[in-house]
Amino acid sequence: MEQLVNKYSDKLVQAKLGDISGPSQPLIGGLDDTLVWNRRADEIPVLEKVFKGLNINSLVFLRPKEPYGSLISFLAKTALKSFGMIQPKDCETRTFLHDLPVINQFCPDQIIHTLKKRKSVIIAPQKNNKDFQGPAIIAHGSVSPEQGFITISSVCFASFIKFFTDYLEALKNGIATDDEHDVFDSIIPLLEPIQKSPPKFIPPPFSNEEIVYSAIIEAGKKIVEYGLVDSFFGNVSYFWNKTLYISQTGSSLDELSGCIDPVPIDSSTSAGITASSELCAHLETISVTGCKAILHGHPKFSVILSMDCDPPKKAVCNFKEQCHIKCPEKKFVGCTPIVPGEVGTGPFGLCNTLPFALTQANSAIVYGHGLFTIGKNNFSEAFQTMIEVEALCYNTYFEKVRLLRKT
Amino acid sequence: MYGWTGNILVIDLTKKGFEIENPHLDILNQYVGGKGFGGRYLRECANLAWDHPDMVFCIFTGPLTGSISPTSGRAHMVSKSPLTGLVGDSSVGGKLATRMKRAGWDGIVIKGKSKTPVGITIKDNLVEFKDATGLWGLDTHAVYKKIRPGNKSLMSIGPAAENGVRYASIIVDQYFAAGRSGLGLCLAKKKIKYLLVDGTGHCKVKDPQKLKTAREDILRLTAASPALMGQFGFTCLGTGAVYDLMDNRRMMPTDNFCRTRFEPASKLNAAAYTKSYAPKKHGCLGCHILCKKIGTKNKASIAMPEFETMSHFTALIGCMDTTLVVKANELCNHFGMDTISAASTLACRREITGLDYTSDTVLSLLKDIAFGKDEGKLLGLGAKQYAKKMGQPQAAMAVKGMELPAYDPRGAYGMALGYALSTRGGCHLRAYPISHEIFRKPVATDRFSFSGKARIIKIAEDLNAIVDSLIACKFTFFAAGLEEYASIYEAVTGVETNAQDLLIKGERIYYNERIINSLNGFTAKDDDLPVRFFMEPGSSGNNILIPPIDRNEFLDARKKYYGVRGLSTNGLPEKGKAQTLGLLWNNL
Repeated sequence: MEQLVNKYSDKLVQAKLGDISGPSQPLIGGLDDTLVWNRRADEIPVLEKVFKGLNINSLVFLRPKEPYGSLISFLAKTALKSFGMIQPKDCETRTFLHDLPVINQFCPDQIIHTLKKRKSVIIAPQKNNKDFQGPAIIAHGSVSPEQGFITISSVCFASFIKFFTDYLEALKNGIATDDEHDVFDSIIPLLEPIQKSPPKFIPPPFSNEEIVYSAIIEAGKKIVEYGLVDSFFGNVSYFWNKTLYISQTGSSLDELSGCIDPVPIDSSTSAGITASSELCAHLETISVTGCKAILHGHPKFSVILSMDCDPPKKAVCNFKEQCHIKCPEKKFVGCTPIVPGEVGTGPFGLCNTLPFALTQANSAIVYGHGLFTIGKNNFSEAFQTMIEVEALCYNTYFEKVRLLRKT
Repeated sequence: MYGWTGNILVIDLTKKGFEIENPHLDILNQYVGGKGFGGRYLRECANLAWDHPDMVFCIFTGPLTGSISPTSGRAHMVSKSPLTGLVGDSSVGGKLATRMKRAGWDGIVIKGKSKTPVGITIKDNLVEFKDATGLWGLDTHAVYKKIRPGNKSLMSIGPAAENGVRYASIIVDQYFAAGRSGLGLCLAKKKIKYLLVDGTGHCKVKDPQKLKTAREDILRLTAASPALMGQFGFTCLGTGAVYDLMDNRRMMPTDNFCRTRFEPASKLNAAAYTKSYAPKKHGCLGCHILCKKIGTKNKASIAMPEFETMSHFTALIGCMDTTLVVKANELCNHFGMDTISAASTLACRREITGLDYTSDTVLSLLKDIAFGKDEGKLLGLGAKQYAKKMGQPQAAMAVKGMELPAYDPRGAYGMALGYALSTRGGCHLRAYPISHEIFRKPVATDRFSFSGKARIIKIAEDLNAIVDSLIACKFTFFAAGLEEYASIYEAVTGVETNAQDLLIKGERIYYNERIINSLNGFTAKDDDLPVRFFMEPGSSGNNILIPPIDRNEFLDARKKYYGVRGLSTNGLPEKGKAQTLGLLWNNL
């Protein structure tokens, strides 16, 4: 357990959600027969009470670093004025988190009460409190601290997406508040710049299976390194020798060694049962496009722009509450189509929309979810496309904001 | 009242009469349904022998049954196990639970004993006892053909139960088995041949709109699960989809658990059955996952074997014939006996006698077991008793008398702990650690480590106890969680709850089982694995090392579990803990 609490503390820092020291240093507790923490902290007495009030084995506590701290603080303040819930509309929240509850005190009873119902709670004191500085996020797990780590990563990601989509929508509707403008202006300088120069990859052709594995592992690491994912999650595949090699479900893209499933296309084995949820979409994409490499990440501005919709159109749209599965608009960012679709293979699964979209372009964005790119023979091409699309989305977003604020 | 009907049918077979019990909402909310309610009734007669006339046989639905709650169409059966002497229970699919609920019953509790074979028919509130003398001796398939239940639900026993097989099963609606624990024999002792249920009512739901929303959340999650609805998942291939995975992970029990790799496995997988039998989707009433597979051979429908049956009738007993597996599965279901225990007992025989099997000898022995003929009489006692009588008790790959399923514990240490601690013996479903150790859900854990596993197993046991009480299917929890099912529970029953409160109910239900088992003399010495797993390695290879389990690490993890579960160092329940959970403590 000691190893796990330290590992996921480090990963929060690597994901640039926490710091190696100071107020944003992650605090993680793991409980088997005894409780262990990754460090000493003033918050531990309260969190120990939380452990006693819940049937869990781990807690992750984080004061997210900037820009997440500011934007979560803003969203939490708004939430506390109504039902105490932040309700992002991105895919991660819709599928796994449902909503993000907020409380205003670092109080064990309130935390326990909230965590009995949800995977996370945001604590955002609304008055200056010298004893507790917010905002902070707490998430729990019953199997591993990794659950809390994933939840907190998703809360930060969802909050980021919500703030920027809400802000653009508010500008379009002419209802952006001074507070929103202030938060927006304060966090822009803190955003990570989009890296434009792609890294070098193992060049094809791949002569044996081991090289295929190495190439996939390398591609996964690069996606994380370039910040093109929500913390460490997405998927990667390569088609070689009548077999699709694909990252396993829930695998961390920077740790793909041992987490790649070979899936023969003749369906002679079901070992792909642990493959990514998007296996079906990958297989179909390989089939209809003839590509060999597929990358899927969650670059933030691609996701944000996929959810952008003109208010007058949205007001009269029959599917305005079901954009993620039924958006009737044919939307593009540059040449990149935006398609609806949920995770997996359900009736509204992205496996029904994405492969066809990728016959039209080398990239496609799934509404509120993420970006898929393909390479004819190698990851280099797919990666280059991913960087370019995200850069285009970033620039398009800020150009829209600039024009709207000017008017 | 919403969710529950508030009616429990208590049948006295000796008097051929019945009463109706109407528990208060507080009691319903405390024990929930399914396994929880069955355990409540079993606790009242925990000291009785499994075949005592006053021993109860319980069939319970859950508050979610009969609603659109995903996977809620299962029933849970509870009595004392003739195989193990432990709590004996089994979850079963088909239409039974839904028909019971629509007939107005949350559960049926059967006490007493009939002098002659009897069938029980229930249509709404009309309960009748039918003479079943003419059906006694028939197999379950013949009973089905004779009664022709149509839309009603039919459960019956076969000759295995009538002839005293300790692992006799109950077959529901032709294809669904309450396989484990030997519950078929409990019915046979009471002379019950069948139960036929029809219900025409509807289940009341407090907040249909909230239920619809919560249901959609769960459907979204299951659609995102590769193990469930992916193209190699249970929906497409049935539970047989696990076969390749176990081969790939080198944890397929082979030659009575002497090895963990069966070289011909790749030719005996789900794809092979798909090719030969073109199976179609089938499942419990109202389920969207539809993991049951029904194939076709010579224009006749034939049930495809589940994963454990596929594995044990090939690797465990050293056979390489899918036709044999399908036939053995069919015979076991028709005769009414558990495929896992049957195959495992045959594997034990093979190890002791040194005699390899042909397809014919396997099928012939299955018949001998079911009809109590020759060697079959001894094999019908299960692996533990068979091995003991043959003078080689160590050859029984069983925990507390129940034969182990098809996951070798040397390849998954949570599974090792789960097997040893299970309240019904060698069972993978109590803690179901394959979820995180193999399927990576909710996240992956290190399958070769005991680190953290004591509490993980405890929490998972609590979770699965409440899942078997709500009722929902455990497979759904590869994707969804109690967070989503708490919303369903609230929507259906109108009773406010949350995931953690449901876990506490699960903890109470599970601790009650530890109490019942302790009343029957079970202690830490029984919470153990066959010695083979600590002495012999599995089949390493493909960069996967399968060493023997380190006994000290195992014992250390078990000790931690006792602490986390609130048991004594000897694995016994403690008064303070029982009282905290609101459980009876007398008779201890």
